[in-house]
Amino acid sequence: MIKFFLMVNKQGQTRLSKYYEHIEINKRTLLETEVIKSCLSRSSEQCSFIEYKDFKLIYRQYAALFIVVGVNDIENEMAIYEFIHNFVEVLDEYFSRVSELDIMFNLDKVHIILDEMVLNGCIVETNRARILAPLLILDKMSES
Amino acid sequence: MALKMVKGSIDRMFDKNLQDLVRGIRNHKEDEAKYISQCIDEIKQELKQDNIAVKANAVCKLTYLQMLGYDISWAAFNIIEVMSASKFTFKRIGYLAASQCFHEGTDVIMLTTNQIRKDLSSPSQYDTGVALTGLSCFVTPDLARDLANDIMTLMSHTKPYIRKKAVLIMYKVFLKYPESLRPAFPRLKEKLEDPDPGVQSAAVNVICELARRNPKNYLSLAPLFFKLMTSSTNNWVLIKIIKLFGALTPLEPRLGKKLIEPLTNLIHSTSAMSLLYECVNTVIAVLISLSSGMPNHSASIQLCVQKLRILIEDSDQNLKYLGLLAMSKILKTHPKSVQSHKDLILQCLDDKDESIRLRALDLLYGMVSKKNLMEIVKKLMTHVDKAEGTTYRDELLTKIIDICSQSNYQYITNFEWYISILVELTRLEGTRHGHLIAAQMLDVAIRVKAIRRFAVSQMSSLLDSAHLVTSSTQRNGICEVLYAAAWICGEFSEHLQEPHQTLEAMLRPKVTTLPGHIQAVYVQNVVKLYASILQQQEQAAEAEAAQEVTQLMVERLPQFVQSADLEVQERASCILQLVKHVQKLQAKGVPVAEEVSALFAGELNPVAPKAQKKVPVPEGLDLDAWINEPPSDSESEDEKPKAIFHDEEQRHVRHRQPEVDEEELARRREARKLEQANNPFYIKSSPSPQKRYQDAPGVEHIPVVQIDLSVPLKVPGMPMSDQYVKLEEERRHRQRLEKDKKKRKKKEKEKKGEDLDFWLSTTPPPATTVPAPSTEEIGVHAVTTPKDECEGSKREEPEDEDDDVEHDQERKSSRHKKKKHKKEKEERSKDKKKTKKKQSEREEATAVEPVENGAAEEEPIPPMSSYCLLAENSYIKMTYDIQASLQKDSQVTVSIILENQSSSFLKNMELNVLDSLNTKMARPEGSSVHDGVPVPFQLPPGVSNEAQFVFTIQSIVMAQKLKGTLSFIAKDDNGATHEKLDFRLLFSCSSYLITTPCYSDAFAKLLESGDLCMNSIKVDGTSMSFHNLLAKICFHHHFSVVERVDSCASMYSRSIQGHHVCLLVKKGENSVSVDGKCSDATLLSSLLEEMKATLAQC
Repeated sequence: MIKFFLMVNKQGQTRLSKYYEHIEINKRTLLETEVIKSCLSRSSEQCSFIEYKDFKLIYRQYAALFIVVGVNDIENEMAIYEFIHNFVEVLDEYFSRVSELDIMFNLDKVHIILDEMVLNGCIVETNRARILAPLLILDKMSES
Repeated sequence: MALKMVKGSIDRMFDKNLQDLVRGIRNHKEDEAKYISQCIDEIKQELKQDNIAVKANAVCKLTYLQMLGYDISWAAFNIIEVMSASKFTFKRIGYLAASQCFHEGTDVIMLTTNQIRKDLSSPSQYDTGVALTGLSCFVTPDLARDLANDIMTLMSHTKPYIRKKAVLIMYKVFLKYPESLRPAFPRLKEKLEDPDPGVQSAAVNVICELARRNPKNYLSLAPLFFKLMTSSTNNWVLIKIIKLFGALTPLEPRLGKKLIEPLTNLIHSTSAMSLLYECVNTVIAVLISLSSGMPNHSASIQLCVQKLRILIEDSDQNLKYLGLLAMSKILKTHPKSVQSHKDLILQCLDDKDESIRLRALDLLYGMVSKKNLMEIVKKLMTHVDKAEGTTYRDELLTKIIDICSQSNYQYITNFEWYISILVELTRLEGTRHGHLIAAQMLDVAIRVKAIRRFAVSQMSSLLDSAHLVTSSTQRNGICEVLYAAAWICGEFSEHLQEPHQTLEAMLRPKVTTLPGHIQAVYVQNVVKLYASILQQQEQAAEAEAAQEVTQLMVERLPQFVQSADLEVQERASCILQLVKHVQKLQAKGVPVAEEVSALFAGELNPVAPKAQKKVPVPEGLDLDAWINEPPSDSESEDEKPKAIFHDEEQRHVRHRQPEVDEEELARRREARKLEQANNPFYIKSSPSPQKRYQDAPGVEHIPVVQIDLSVPLKVPGMPMSDQYVKLEEERRHRQRLEKDKKKRKKKEKEKKGEDLDFWLSTTPPPATTVPAPSTEEIGVHAVTTPKDECEGSKREEPEDEDDDVEHDQERKSSRHKKKKHKKEKEERSKDKKKTKKKQSEREEATAVEPVENGAAEEEPIPPMSSYCLLAENSYIKMTYDIQASLQKDSQVTVSIILENQSSSFLKNMELNVLDSLNTKMARPEGSSVHDGVPVPFQLPPGVSNEAQFVFTIQSIVMAQKLKGTLSFIAKDDNGATHEKLDFRLLFSCSSYLITTPCYSDAFAKLLESGDLCMNSIKVDGTSMSFHNLLAKICFHHHFSVVERVDSCASMYSRSIQGHHVCLLVKKGENSVSVDGKCSDATLLSSLLEEMKATLAQC
């Protein structure tokens, strides 16, 4: 099960956070700082899995942006690692070459994409067309 | 109206949208917080408008701010407004905000029930979808109960998009409202064969999660999953199913056999690393759980290990890490298969990534054998030298010691080598593990007799070398090894080559810079050394030399006498006197060596850790007998609704130590014998000491580990551990040539051991098979971790503390229950949570139970409270009770219940007393004796709460009264007034007594001892029954009944300062007489006075 999904930049600023188990807001900030600290302290030569407290962190870096996923200890690390890339590919397709600003300006839409892919901490959809379908309809609605 | 519309859209044009907010924050880097608080003010204004578009925009911005860590719970109601917008573009913003910030504690959430229901049944699939997604984040038990049916219907929706989401949400619904699982399960099962792969995958996800919590109930689905596994091509689904099988196989070994083939096929065919990794993991899990009846599993293990090798060899660090991780799982059961890849794992020690190196280290621990230990440690030693960063180096150091010392130094064939390794490790700068090395040195030197001569020579050179003494800056640093070195040199001084030199080294002035505990050992062992030098020199008739040594001691010891460390000082002064005395004797020409050595005669023997077990239980003591009969547990699990799953936390609570039966013991003994066969310490002793004590159990036969070494090797010169590696190789070579036969025998032995290991590990772990109750009780069980049912503990733990006035009754009754069975206790705490009403019934019921150890059959005892009135006025009523504790002999806790009797709000309460010389209130640090102690709460009208204050007392033999004041502010509609209430706090002598049980024979002895003073009282006109009378004395004066015969009883209690108080209570026609004996006359007369007052009311 995925416990949380974070996008944080190199300066430690949160760009997207989604928690699948309720955590108090002040604890969230604390957790996010600690998580990004442990990711930043690692070099590119190191593997992308970190054992952190009672769960595992899987992270990938895209330019200045880190995507960090916290999972419980039975989750398959490799699958999550591939899933992160899948997510970025979907963003890339929708925003055509996604940037940090895209994510900040369209936080709500990124959430829609993530919600289509992960529900309740489980990966539910990985097909790009099906993920983007509701979003495209929404765009059409607001245009008209 | 039209104007309003226009105004609304103009407003919107000037409002910031999310993009503006993001830009604004970026442009205000210096005063971000200020800017954001401005924005929040704007948002608050926007939320006040009627226009839903403006509101939605505001909520959208709030969601962004929430992500930055700002609390937006104040806008919960506005979020609900936006959620109920009819337009989807707004609705989704509302739901997004809700999913980010709503949780079970959000109170407005119940307002959403109908809105969500409406959205769930909306004709638009996206309305339904967004409601479902939101629900997954903030569903509460109430929402789950109210909406379970709606969501269940959606599981059969025509659109797969909805079905998929509904299936997944059901999981959360099950968690929050377990009753929904049973009716929904058939439909959920149906979804496993849904034509849409997305729905199928969702159902697999949900069932996998459920099954992980309670695998047993899902075994029946195995065939279905098996079909899915062989037919599905979706890797995500496959991973889940395979993981599920991993959880199921421990329960059904036959399943494992069936799985091996398709899994190995998948391992061969798949190109997805995630799937490969999952398969390998599950194959390992399956093989671990399979019984040894499975013949050809070595092929599968081989395949796994091969595949893992490919992963580890990969240049991708992630695969390398996972490969090592999985390898360590195989290692536990099939160490042989992993050992053949030693080269690869040693390579990983050179990896750039520390997490990979640490994983490799973990693996090495299990890979060592007698043959490769030296080689592996040599490799690790080179890493120690290279390692940068003390954390990793310390990790290496502990691993080296772990590896070498594991299972009683099983793999060490040459202890001289090991000592040299330890000595080499002492050259590490800045390590925190000096004490670890020291402990190993001591352990080896004590247990391996043959190594002592060598160890002593090494230790003496350690004492000589200066670098250790100078690095004494930090505690636990490397200087700790000097502790071991000094002790070894002293204790085994007969092996020293040049004792005189060592003695001088130990008496150097620099030694005084070492930590105190090390100096203390130095001082003690200097004498041992001195004794042995004296003996040598007297035997050689060198009287002058002997006197010189004594002189040296007399000169140098004073530096320790001046030490700031008490232990060092004490030992040094003692010893200095001793040596001076010796000096006098020596001057007279009296031989002293014999007598000085006699101080340290005899040898210290190591005692096996389990030796205590071998001491026979005294006759007539049955440790298994119940002290009180356990209550029947007929109302246990059977009555509870059986849920299909439960939370995993359950297991921790339920976990019980498996009973060790005879068979198990025999098997363990067998295993231990096998281990001893490989253990160097057991080689020599032919009639094994183990055997001896088995035949004749008794205290004299406490097993003392006999240690000797079969391969004493002497290497000249300064030892380098490498030399041993070389020697070892040579020795092996010789062995190979000469002892072919022996080796074959040994192999058989090892093989036998492995089989046993395997058999052990294949029995399924008991924890998973224990049926456990439903999720419903998770919360309850989480708090009632089983406590020690210690008979002596009389005071109830904080459990009941908030039960206010009923508190002490509860305490009384629970004292009884505490002694009863654990199960009953759990039951009780469960009940307690259920209904308040039930609780009060229970209290009434328990109140009539006999108090303490009074006789059971007599009339019921009226409820009693130890809280008495302290003071009262129109605002507030104070009652108090004084509690003492055996742990603190001059301290009591005063619990005061404050009850607000007015309609005002009481706050800023402060309690102050006028301290007496004898009794003082403990005040927070830094405050003066005139300051009051604040009460840590406020009281709304009609509410009561309890505050505790600690008092220190010097003498407890007389009752004390302290004057005090409670000051507070009473606030009502007309304003606030300062009020105060004076009181007199009585510390009765009874409150210093602690109910202590006493056996009649101990009681008789106490009375006979003659140390006690006597006094007595008589009270006329008591009508109460003797039984109740005793109960009253027990309750109010904290006595316990020792013995009762007819209308005469002996009672006992103890004060917090250890005074014994014995009473003989006799009841006549209309009177009671109490004869008391106590170790303090004043205390006794005070107590009797108090008792008189109590009895007069009876």
